[in-house]
Amino acid sequence: MKLYQETIYSLHDKLKAGEITSRQITESVLERIDAVDEKVRAFITRMDELALQMADDADKRFRKGEFLGFLDGIPVALKDIFLTEGIPTTCGSRILENFVAPYDGTAVSQLKNEGAVFIHKVNMDEFAMGSSAENSGFFPTHNPWDLDRVPGGSSGGSAAAVAAGEAIFALGTDTGGSIRQPASHCGVVGIKPTYGRVSRYGVIAFASSLDQVGPITKDVMDGAILLKAISGRDPADSTSADIPVPDYPSLLTGDVKGMKAGLPAEYFEEGLDPEVEEIVRKAVSDLEKRGMEIVPVSLPSTKYAVATYYIIAPAEASSNLARYDGVRFGVRYPDAKGLTEMYMKTRSQGFGPEVQRRIMLGTFALSAGYYDAYYGKAQRVRTIIRREFDEAFTKADVILSPTAPTPAFPIGEKVDDPLQMYLTDICTIPVNIAGVAAISVPSGLTNSGLPVGLHVISPPFTEDLLLNVAYAYEQERGVFPQCPL
Amino acid sequence: MKYEPVIGLEVHAQLKTNSKIFCGCSTEFGKDPNVNTCPVCLGLPGVLPVLNRKVVEYTIMMGLATHCRIAQESIFARKNYFYPDLPKGYQISQYEEPLCADGWVEIRSNGSSKRIGITRIHMEEDAGKLVHEGAFDASKASFVDLNRACVPLIEIVSEPDLRSAKDASEYMQTLRDILVYLDICDGNMEEGSLRCDANVSVMPRGSDTFGTRAEIKNMNSFRFLQQAIEYEIDRQIDILESGGEVVQETRLFDSDKGVTSSMRGKEEAHDYRYFPEPDLVPLRIDQEWVEELSVKLPELRDARIDRYVTDMGLPEYDAEVLTSDRPVADFFEAVVNKGTKPKSASNWVMGEFIRIVKEKGMDSARITPEQLARIISLVEEATISGSAAKKVFEDVFATGKDPDGVVKEKGLAQVSDEDAIRAEVKKILKNHPDEVAQFRGGREKVLGFFVGQVMKATKGKANPKVVNKILRELLAE
Repeated sequence: MKLYQETIYSLHDKLKAGEITSRQITESVLERIDAVDEKVRAFITRMDELALQMADDADKRFRKGEFLGFLDGIPVALKDIFLTEGIPTTCGSRILENFVAPYDGTAVSQLKNEGAVFIHKVNMDEFAMGSSAENSGFFPTHNPWDLDRVPGGSSGGSAAAVAAGEAIFALGTDTGGSIRQPASHCGVVGIKPTYGRVSRYGVIAFASSLDQVGPITKDVMDGAILLKAISGRDPADSTSADIPVPDYPSLLTGDVKGMKAGLPAEYFEEGLDPEVEEIVRKAVSDLEKRGMEIVPVSLPSTKYAVATYYIIAPAEASSNLARYDGVRFGVRYPDAKGLTEMYMKTRSQGFGPEVQRRIMLGTFALSAGYYDAYYGKAQRVRTIIRREFDEAFTKADVILSPTAPTPAFPIGEKVDDPLQMYLTDICTIPVNIAGVAAISVPSGLTNSGLPVGLHVISPPFTEDLLLNVAYAYEQERGVFPQCPL
Repeated sequence: MKYEPVIGLEVHAQLKTNSKIFCGCSTEFGKDPNVNTCPVCLGLPGVLPVLNRKVVEYTIMMGLATHCRIAQESIFARKNYFYPDLPKGYQISQYEEPLCADGWVEIRSNGSSKRIGITRIHMEEDAGKLVHEGAFDASKASFVDLNRACVPLIEIVSEPDLRSAKDASEYMQTLRDILVYLDICDGNMEEGSLRCDANVSVMPRGSDTFGTRAEIKNMNSFRFLQQAIEYEIDRQIDILESGGEVVQETRLFDSDKGVTSSMRGKEEAHDYRYFPEPDLVPLRIDQEWVEELSVKLPELRDARIDRYVTDMGLPEYDAEVLTSDRPVADFFEAVVNKGTKPKSASNWVMGEFIRIVKEKGMDSARITPEQLARIISLVEEATISGSAAKKVFEDVFATGKDPDGVVKEKGLAQVSDEDAIRAEVKKILKNHPDEVAQFRGGREKVLGFFVGQVMKATKGKANPKVVNKILRELLAE
């Protein structure tokens, strides 16, 4: 096994034992990038020099017997939505092509404090709007399992980088499935923590009431390690929760005996790929084998979730993206004759078509005379969806479903059909709407060798429970194959 | 008049907090452009607002002082519009659930008092400002200064209860007094820390249906406020009288010409697309905190006027002058607390004190209330004359030196020794036999001449009372 193929904890053990150095890991990852990224195209900005410097700094600490944490000396891929001081942050958009952030976001600071090595800033759908990474303002990223297919999105670069060994772990964001869906498509673990678990400060906002930062890792233990590192109350984010952060890694026992898992019929309806269904049902029975009781639960408003999401998220986005006006930072259209023209040309040229589509959708949904019919109604449906989850969680400890209704689709297939693209997030969107926690764990390969993820959902601030169920499943499933690239 | 005006005001007051409403930047005025900024108030990507507790405290105080209901839960909202001085492309304000609502203040109107309803008071952030290179219409470039962006404001919205320009000005003055007495706003309209927009309409007298209103902006003094509204009322009446219709629009007041002119019509009105601010959690107010603040609420101007008149026996005029500025009123009360009779203290504070404060500013006052009390008692004990006291006062005001020391240093003590004065008087009567004869012949006025001569001879130090008494005594012989 090559170093780039290993997990955080296995590398940490070897670093601690003095068997390897952070420089060796980092070089292994950089060489891997040299070898495969031409095909995968995961990163937007590569930081070799910084990475090696950070690795050497970590090695210096190790020689003195100091470890800042589990992540010390381990290379990470940062979705290009995280602000990093002195390093370009594009959010996958032409409008921020020249933007260098003057400060580190909270999650980035936490990784720095833990000694993680910053390798690159990776590709994404522009402003996290998309489910395939094809909406990147720069280039699409390819799925390492099948280079003709999408890696999923919007955190497509993060999932592809971890799957391809271009990073040991990655940080992503999830507004409607942007961590879990690409994790599912790329055969890696993706966690969408409870809204408020991880600070959003220094993360470029898409839809503020839905956005959440989370880990993309090779297995559940790595996910637990990373989640512990980034969770907790942040005074700079008023919506972050003041709830203690459990020591997730030490709570992974794999013991789920007597726990109840709910299966919502609404997540197994038409549109679900039969192979995906088969793999997920097999995963459910694996958990049954570990002593979990499977019970039916009902989430009847699931069918309204996507529509609700496509009101709330674009509405918030239309406001969040107003600051990209060419006045203070980012790209400005140079030859405008007046203010209005400068705004219009800057934004028409700087934003891609999907971003423009959502800004228009959101602007319309908030307009005078339409607010109640759209935004107001969506908020009421949101409350109903949340209540249905509360109700379901009185019957089951966790809820199981597929992460995505299909495996990764071919590049170009849905680009011109936004509705089809939106429906790929049908299983993940309700989780953001309800603000609960969820994880995608690789659970099998289709006949053509594409990964499929099991989606586990748990009540707010029960990530310990969520991770333990996922861990139990992983134990039962056994080793997941490496991607063939 | 056939018509009755209906006026409501939207008043913006800048709160006197040290830091901005959603970040830790200083609110200090007059810094170089963009010095008081950080990623949050610059509206950089990825930033989030964090509410300043002091802003909430001040707003609750204003709510309590204007008899508002303080909402146990209120929420912030985004007001969306594009302008280069608005860094985020939206202003964080409050919309559907403001912190304070349903209050009132009392104003004087036509000699009696009148209650004006307060619809709501909410918190919001200010925008920055644009500096245009050259003249506005021929400007080659505009520069953005975001020092003021994110500075805390409260917006106080009145009910349409005002019926004249005078009412509006009185109401504005009343709000200003409250803000200044609460010490939460410096109340300066010219510098923009207190701003107001007026909604003005007219209807036939006795009607209960309001006419179409125009919103008037850009009135940056009490005088302009009154002028603009008067103009607008006349303009609307003229339109109605000539059979026309008032259109709903926003109008700008031009203080040079004294007129309002159309800025934008109803069709061009912004659609602000308000929605709840997702980056801030609902604001929950602890009832205990409200009670604590209501106990700590300082005495406001009206209450002071009452107390000065009722308890201190001052004329209403004095009470109003003394309280027009809170620091002056505080100084006055401190002088009284040192044992000075209220009317004496009032005369001094209204006279010399306010005169010099107006000239040099309150900040330059080195004098303590104790020192003024001492100066007043020096006059009352006849140690110094009234005119000498003014000299002492001026010196102590500027230097803060001990009044007794100043009297000694300048040799201003009065001579009240009767024998010494008698000797002087005798000398002067002897030297002016003609005038003595005139006085005795019935020309009482000549007495003033003799007093002047004595004062001259004693270099102004003789106690005028004693001089008078002895003059009359000797002239009567």
